[in-house]
Amino acid sequence: MPTTSRPKPDYAFQIEGQKREKIILSISGRLVLEHLEHLESEYAAFLTEMRPAELTVDVSQVEYLDSAGALALIQMEDQAKAQNLPFQLVNLTDAARRIMALVDRQALQPSPPVPKPRPWKALEQVGAVSLSVLNDFVQVLTFLGGLLIALAQSFRHPGKIRWGDTLFYMKRAGVDGLPIVGLISLLLGLIIAFMSSLQLKQFGANIYVASLLAIAMVKELGPIMTAILVAGRSGSAFAAEIGTMMVNEEVDALIIMGFDPLKFLALPKVLATMLVVPVLTLYADFFGLIGGMIVGVVGLDLTVFSYISQTQKSLNLFDLLSSLVKSAVFALLIAGIGCQRGFQVRGGAEAVGSATTSAVVAAIFLIIVTDSAFAIVLHYLR
Amino acid sequence: MTSSDKNPIIVVENLTARFGDRTIFTNVSFQVNEGEVLVILGGSGCGKSTLMKQMIGLYRPASGRVLIKGVDINTPDEVQLRQLRMQIGVLFQSSALFGSMTLGENVALPLGEYTDLSPASIDLLVRMKLAMVNLTGSAELLPSELSGGMKKRAGLARAMALDPSILFFDEPSAGLDPITSAELDNLIKTINSSLGTTMVIVTHELESIFDIAHRVVMLDKTAKGLIAEGDPHYLREHSTDPRVVNFFQRRVGELK
Repeated sequence: MPTTSRPKPDYAFQIEGQKREKIILSISGRLVLEHLEHLESEYAAFLTEMRPAELTVDVSQVEYLDSAGALALIQMEDQAKAQNLPFQLVNLTDAARRIMALVDRQALQPSPPVPKPRPWKALEQVGAVSLSVLNDFVQVLTFLGGLLIALAQSFRHPGKIRWGDTLFYMKRAGVDGLPIVGLISLLLGLIIAFMSSLQLKQFGANIYVASLLAIAMVKELGPIMTAILVAGRSGSAFAAEIGTMMVNEEVDALIIMGFDPLKFLALPKVLATMLVVPVLTLYADFFGLIGGMIVGVVGLDLTVFSYISQTQKSLNLFDLLSSLVKSAVFALLIAGIGCQRGFQVRGGAEAVGSATTSAVVAAIFLIIVTDSAFAIVLHYLR
Repeated sequence: MTSSDKNPIIVVENLTARFGDRTIFTNVSFQVNEGEVLVILGGSGCGKSTLMKQMIGLYRPASGRVLIKGVDINTPDEVQLRQLRMQIGVLFQSSALFGSMTLGENVALPLGEYTDLSPASIDLLVRMKLAMVNLTGSAELLPSELSGGMKKRAGLARAMALDPSILFFDEPSAGLDPITSAELDNLIKTINSSLGTTMVIVTHELESIFDIAHRVVMLDKTAKGLIAEGDPHYLREHSTDPRVVNFFQRRVGELK
């Protein structure tokens, strides 16, 4: 913020009369906002020093008065009255009188303090938070349920799906995300292979770097990293888009025109995300494994062939398919929560911001929870 | 103070607005006198709001300049610009209140930024300004809790926070019922007559124009510039320009 030097007050007091007697205080110059407090303190000092028995304030020499200046004159009078001092304001011009008439003296009194709600006790807070989390969970589940029903209905009438929008969001969530997903996965593969090689080298088990990375990447890291990236890129975008439409009453317009916002807005996004996230996951797996292979070949003296064959030995089709199913479920969660948070927006710009944040946080949380559930279920399924 | 003082506070010189290849208007020149209520009028799409945004420095003109109290609004001098901004208050069409702040905080914002006043003084001024626009006791409300008319008045209180010498209004009565709109017009007139604030108002509400305007300038989409300037009552009775007559008599012009 550029600083401006505080201008010198361009008003002056002229005092006629003796201490503790009738005094005429003539004010000249400009009474404006910038000098409000200066004027008040100078006046207070004048009252303390002169202690007038009767005070007349003459404003005939005031050249300019704004509403803050008018406020200052009114406060002068109030202050004098509070000290039981006879006060008179004289030679007010018509313009000054009109400005003073604008000031509502009643409104200047501080409004009675609003009683603050009793602070909640710790147990109540825990209860309230638990209820709101539960409520939120139920809302998310209800929304996802509605979404699944809409999805099922759409498969019976595929012509009714908005394919144009679906393709648009497939590009947004999928194609546009390829560079970042590829780069992150490659680096992740490099890091994990490098860190694990430091340990495995000690046992001469270099080749198992390939196994470790294949299992970690395909089963867990590929789907999770892809999902987290998509949540950050697309889940947030969905929440912001639908949230802004809520604020602008566009969603209301859709409802009035007989469209189901769930099918019109949410379904193409969810469908697009569910179609592209498994593909992105495969792509992430591939780049992760390439990263590992770079470490294996350059740092561990493995051949490309032995690295690939060890990777193949460590994986089977079930692992790959289950990870793709998992990523499709993650996609449903990401897009579903993004849309649900968007539809929850009420109010203005701030609500859109918090919906966006909440969409990403909730999606990542649910991705991890669902992944844990998958880990247990898949373990017993094999 | 009346328009008869003829002391120009805003001078618009040969202003041209262009978006890409599309020219909105060219060579618009007029001036606004101190203490005057000037209404910029014209049909939809003629560039009224663009002209106002150029006058307050939000849009840079393609050519020409706007002088407020002799200073070019597009001056690169930061200090001058800051002083100029203190002289200008704007009521936007949507009121543009900050949704995350209470009305009191909205009005206090420019006071905190531009003055060294203590929180107590700012609080007092906020209460005074809100009372001026008949929103006594509403300081704690959020904009989302207000009706359209209340939002406009709160926006006006914020625009007036620093006692600016010029107030700009973009379609102040858009979306308001006739009574609320008339109340706002009365408020505009009171502020103009009491504080002598110069006002530039963009509107096409005929009733408001005849009620509040000292002078109007009229833009036209096909002429891409000013087609009339003067007292609205005089223009209505005496203008020979069919575009002006059609506008004031709410007649649909010949389709071309």
